[in-house]
Amino acid sequence: MRKVLLATLGSIAVLTAGGALANDELIKMSQNPKDWVMPAGDYANTRYSKLNQITAANVGKLQVAWTFSTGVLRGHEGGPLIIGNMMYVHTPFPNKVYALDLSKDNHIVWKYEPKQDPNVIPVMCCDTVNRGVAYGDGKIFLHQADTTLVALDAKTGKVEWSVKNGDPGKGATGTSSPLVIKDKVLVGISGGEFGVQCHVTAYDLKSGKQVWRAFSEGPDDQIMVDPASTTELGKPVGKDSSIKTWQGDQWKIGGGCTWGWLSYDPAVNLVYYGSGNPSTWNPKQRPGDNKWSMTIFARNADTGMAKWVYQMTPHDEWDYDGVNEMILSDQQMGGAERKLLTHFDRNGLGYTLDRITGELLIAEKYDPKVNWTTGVDMNKSSPTYGRPKVVDQYSTEKGGEDKNTKGICPAALGTKDEQPAAYSPDTQLFYVPTNHVCMDYEPFKVSYTAGQPYVGATLSMYPPPGESHMGNFIAWDNKTGKIVWSNKEQFSVWSGALATAGGVVFYGTLEGYLKAVDAKTGKELYKFRTPSGIIGNVTTYEQGGRQYIAVLSGVGGWAGIGLAAGLTDPTDGLGAVGGYAALSNYTALGGSLTVFALPQ
Amino acid sequence: MRTIWFLGAAMILVVSGGMAIAESPVDPAAVKSEDGKYLDKEGNPTFKVASDGTVDWYTYSGYRRYHSECHVCHGPDGMGSTYAPALTESLKTMSYGDFMNVVASGRQNGNSVMPALGDNPNVACYMDDLYVYLRARANDAVGRVRPAKKEDKPEAYTQAENSCMAKR
Repeated sequence: MRKVLLATLGSIAVLTAGGALANDELIKMSQNPKDWVMPAGDYANTRYSKLNQITAANVGKLQVAWTFSTGVLRGHEGGPLIIGNMMYVHTPFPNKVYALDLSKDNHIVWKYEPKQDPNVIPVMCCDTVNRGVAYGDGKIFLHQADTTLVALDAKTGKVEWSVKNGDPGKGATGTSSPLVIKDKVLVGISGGEFGVQCHVTAYDLKSGKQVWRAFSEGPDDQIMVDPASTTELGKPVGKDSSIKTWQGDQWKIGGGCTWGWLSYDPAVNLVYYGSGNPSTWNPKQRPGDNKWSMTIFARNADTGMAKWVYQMTPHDEWDYDGVNEMILSDQQMGGAERKLLTHFDRNGLGYTLDRITGELLIAEKYDPKVNWTTGVDMNKSSPTYGRPKVVDQYSTEKGGEDKNTKGICPAALGTKDEQPAAYSPDTQLFYVPTNHVCMDYEPFKVSYTAGQPYVGATLSMYPPPGESHMGNFIAWDNKTGKIVWSNKEQFSVWSGALATAGGVVFYGTLEGYLKAVDAKTGKELYKFRTPSGIIGNVTTYEQGGRQYIAVLSGVGGWAGIGLAAGLTDPTDGLGAVGGYAALSNYTALGGSLTVFALPQ
Repeated sequence: MRTIWFLGAAMILVVSGGMAIAESPVDPAAVKSEDGKYLDKEGNPTFKVASDGTVDWYTYSGYRRYHSECHVCHGPDGMGSTYAPALTESLKTMSYGDFMNVVASGRQNGNSVMPALGDNPNVACYMDDLYVYLRARANDAVGRVRPAKKEDKPEAYTQAENSCMAKR
């Protein structure tokens, strides 16, 4: 008996050690500023680098050091991983992966191109983008358009295992980056415009076996909540918290898709992410709060059980997906050290929460033009505590089917979409790429067919009345909920930002500029026009004693759909393309990585 | 003189030859109407825009359906996106039959894939609406704007719509 017990304990210890090793290895690697080992830079999703060779004083001298064509066109979201002397570059569909040796003149050591059915392409709502690969345990993980999650040997590119995460025949596709946490790799799924019941799934790192799957809507066992211990704003969510907010079986085609970013706090073993819009875009067809769409989730990384949740936009009427990154920071607030989570939602509100308890601390507009809500009820004893107060004039539910509700800000693409912000612990400011666009939105009845779009709204977009610029790059104070500085941009800023210890913040523009600004003041210090519009995320690394800045160019994504032809002035009866620039006059399709450094 | 005549004839032949290769667009003028749907001289659906800007029901309905189902790839007002063609251009020469075929069965050009929407009632029940709206856009009869004035929704249309949507 003792022998068996000891053996069991021994094997448990080995298992735990194995899991802990993967965990510790990645945490340690993410603390090496020379590398960029996970899609968001680190588990906290700060997109901040300690590298300081490039500074506000010398960034004006930045030059292109080398370039690489991806061999693919259409929207290039995400960015490369850099681990030691190896760089891993990914592409939109067909989702090629290149492994380059940075110490050998960027020689292509291996490349991987999955075989995918091109019929998955029209099931991708918003261009054939991919937000990047993940690394862990000597493997590169790619989340393919057809929802396959594949594990490649990082040294050779050979397939170690492969699993199908969803069914494109039912409208599910893959665009998000996976994330390795301990002995598992986690991945979300897309399909909110196709009535997919979306989920986050954890697979075993070594074998690809499914460990847990948590849906965004459905019965308690499917959404993995405990009615008594999972809380929202401090209160247990109770039994059937999701299905009682849907009519009949609608939760089965409910959406709540998980195509955004994942962050993780190893100290409390919680993974954080947000869910997207409920299906359809016609709110009248799905009465109820539609929980848990538009929700911030904090789940135990080992079991998937939700510790806390918070729904930001109950009964969505505008397609304000809640999937944007959850940035984790430890800051002083109200005289105490707080463990915070900051999130810039599509709905135009910048949220600050306590990431341990899910307490809501701040919810303020990060674009002054946001008008669908007067704000979130912050009164803890109010029956509507935590809910946004909806303005009737901009409520498409109130307007009803077949009525065009006009002048809603932000437009469906939100004040910010997936393009991730950055946080600098040096300035304690968040650097946020934003959209400055409003819309008319008319819902109407649609019918569901598996694998076909299930949308149900007509959309028309334009800059806020009286203005002609469609984007701002801002600095935000998450402790007070205030914009500190704001730089206008002609087009929406659709790239991920990067903050560095050198006091510089980087971002890319839809015209194709890589820009560097002063982290304190926002003053523009450098810009360079890359070959195509930028919707990728700026990344930095060090190789051979030099700091490099890398960014993918290749216009597309939702910006490429809505902005290519230019927006029209709704007050102009003839629909002339007023003074609003057409993106197609500034850039054409491309696919390349441009890497910058200071001159030697 | 003879040389000029000869060259002129040659040019006309070349030009006609060129046009014969491309589809010559049918005159989109509405010559008759049935239950609020206007038809051109070949009997295919077409648009009707009055001098005060009032559009027929199908043009108006097509605007709405386009901006729900097609806009996500083809951009606003049929203007195209970074990857899908501007249908205001395509519909200059595409016939009604070809349009129905592509929308219903899809089309693949390498990694450029138009889905088959024939089994999607949200599209299939509104094919004529989409065709008429895009034809109006291609012929510059309607600008980049939500039509402000429209004819009333025909009763026969409502019946057909309900019947089509209910079937699927």
